[in-house]
Amino acid sequence: MDFSLNRNQKAIKEMSRRFARDVIAPVAEEFERTGKHPYDILSQMGDLGMMGIPFPKTYGGGGGDWVSFNLCVEELSRVDMLPGVILDVTVTGAAQELFLYGTEEQKQRWLIPIVRGKTLGAIGLTEPDAGSDASSIRTSAVLDGDEWIINGSKQFITNTGLKNNSIVIVAAKTRRKSDGKETICTIIVPTDSPGYKVGQKYEKLGMRASSTHELFFDDCRVPRDCLLGEIEKGFSQRLSSLQAGRIAMGAIATGLAQACFDQAISFVKKNGKSQTSLFDSQTIPFNLADIAMRIELSRNMYLKAAWLKDQGENHTLEAHFAKLYATETATKIAAEVLKIFSPHGYLEQYPIARFFRQAKLNEIVEGTSEMQRLIIARELLF
Amino acid sequence: MNFSMSKEQVDILDAAASFAKGEFDPDLIEECERKCKFPVEIWKKACELGYIGMCIPEKYGGQELGLLESSLVFETFCRQDSGTGLALALSDLGSEIILRYGNEEQKKKYLPSICGGKGVISLAYLEKGQENGMGFFETTATKKGDGYVINGTKIFVSNITQSGPVIVLCRLTEGSRAGENAAFLIKKDLKGLASSLFGDRVGMRMVPVGNLAFMDVLVPDECLLGDGRDGQSQLNILLNEMNVKAAATGTGIAQGAFDMALAYARRREQFGRKIGSFEAIRGKLTDMLIRIELSRLMTYKAAWDLDGNSGNSVPAAMAKKVAAETAMEVARDSLHIFGGYGYIVDYRIERFYRDASMIDIIGLPGHSHESFFADQAIGKM
Repeated sequence: MDFSLNRNQKAIKEMSRRFARDVIAPVAEEFERTGKHPYDILSQMGDLGMMGIPFPKTYGGGGGDWVSFNLCVEELSRVDMLPGVILDVTVTGAAQELFLYGTEEQKQRWLIPIVRGKTLGAIGLTEPDAGSDASSIRTSAVLDGDEWIINGSKQFITNTGLKNNSIVIVAAKTRRKSDGKETICTIIVPTDSPGYKVGQKYEKLGMRASSTHELFFDDCRVPRDCLLGEIEKGFSQRLSSLQAGRIAMGAIATGLAQACFDQAISFVKKNGKSQTSLFDSQTIPFNLADIAMRIELSRNMYLKAAWLKDQGENHTLEAHFAKLYATETATKIAAEVLKIFSPHGYLEQYPIARFFRQAKLNEIVEGTSEMQRLIIARELLF
Repeated sequence: MNFSMSKEQVDILDAAASFAKGEFDPDLIEECERKCKFPVEIWKKACELGYIGMCIPEKYGGQELGLLESSLVFETFCRQDSGTGLALALSDLGSEIILRYGNEEQKKKYLPSICGGKGVISLAYLEKGQENGMGFFETTATKKGDGYVINGTKIFVSNITQSGPVIVLCRLTEGSRAGENAAFLIKKDLKGLASSLFGDRVGMRMVPVGNLAFMDVLVPDECLLGDGRDGQSQLNILLNEMNVKAAATGTGIAQGAFDMALAYARRREQFGRKIGSFEAIRGKLTDMLIRIELSRLMTYKAAWDLDGNSGNSVPAAMAKKVAAETAMEVARDSLHIFGGYGYIVDYRIERFYRDASMIDIIGLPGHSHESFFADQAIGKM
């Protein structure tokens, strides 16, 4: 057992922390308020190699590991969740699927620019009537000569509607040539494809700068070789990339909880609570103690899941524990810190207001808490 | 013991529900929410029908009903719409203290405008640095000639932009009552009074809130509420009123959130069935039902205690805490049942979640409420 970070992991963590503090922190409130996607910040993150951390140098990556990647995600999320979420979707979603299942040509064309931070990728799975029940999607893909024709719509897809969003990897129903059986495949849809339309951006409780849209596919045509991986393995491919996303959600939620805690600690210290008064005033200090403990538990869980992934070991339970625990805990912590700040924290000039509004989302995206429990229970019982 | 509502109470409840369904116009509400505007049109209609200042005696324009009836109304309003309900519920705060301590002239002057839709009272009691408790106000009132000079800053003053007067809690600095608290009822257009309106906030956006700074504000003697002897009980009365309001609105918000989650669970299908048929969701919904009912029972008991003039403020303090926590947890779980849609403004549930988080600041905010409650319930040791 060795709980220490190696030199590379430490370096990435430090670099991410500095970047978050110096570049993201000063403008985090602003992009939440304006709802504008922070192109410049993403570009700098790309230049620093953040999108490439877990990918080999041959594809423009840093040759690092998933522990390092998740440490980076947590550090960014400690200042604001948005860059962490964008990084998660880009890396564990689009980039990872390309890396694991793409042809060499697909990797050269689509993966490398994402890894280098020049473009952002998206994954299109959720539909208006297919949320938790992901395999009930209705978007269809029919092979017509040299092209796939895609019809349908997707809901809540992050990283879309952006100038540098290159592709959406769409999960669609299709029929196998061999026996005509229906299956789910994943197809790379370049965003300049005919018949691809970006719908409305939603007005949301928080994360206002996240570029999350409805997508419409109206006889959308893409070349035949945009199929990603094997035609009948689309869903299982998608599930495996979702699992990496769950670890990252653990890191994001840990970062958010830490952000709330950092606010609380400095607020409490500023109000002149000296050490001796722990005998007079315990409610808040004891609450802080609980919060710090739960954050550390969240952190250790996502790190273990990431480490197991790096070892090539089965980590289904750990990934889902990480997501479930960190996200539910972070929502509660945000509410507790809001109460510590009361009445001031409700004003948007205090970061805790923003963190409170953002926190709840984590329990819903990348598989709701119910789905996490379902998957864990399945592992345990069947 | 009698747990049933009287016919009058049932009628009031039904009428309030009809009013809310009919008058809480969604477009108007959306605009008020977005722009942090008080819903004047709805409030005026509520005043016309007697929902505002219900506890005020008939001779001053009220309905002469109790806190229990008032709680029924505001719980129902919040059930229909959290933000509108809160704005209406907090628009007659302070009527109790005027009733108990105001002289006839003050009562005649201010009470009818509360009920009649002409003036909303502001309450100025919170100050910065009160994390240590409410006992010691730093806003001072010093006797000077025919009046008092008030200095200090009050924060989170409700209804600050409304034209009605403001009730300010101060600490007297001189004379035999030095060090004790006193309440003043003053008009907002006095010299030396400066207000700053708060901007964007998480919830309670339709209630205008801000800070009020007093710089050598001279107020005549007749602005004193009572005779300067009743500071502590005045504070308790204000807190009682606010705690019951918090309890009623919190319960209503929780109920409204639950209603929405239940309706959604009944129509949303995944995995070939209604999500409301899954045990996990059913368990969540029934847990919510229990908590809402507990919160409601506590609210009604607290209101009933105060209506009976027992002066027992402990149930009100309990009810506030229970309702604040219930509203938060029920709204959070209700939002969750909506899945991704719960996060979208159009689906309305997120507003209930944001407003639920604000119940905490009605009365004493955060942990200072718990401190006060412990002192009341089990005594300082």
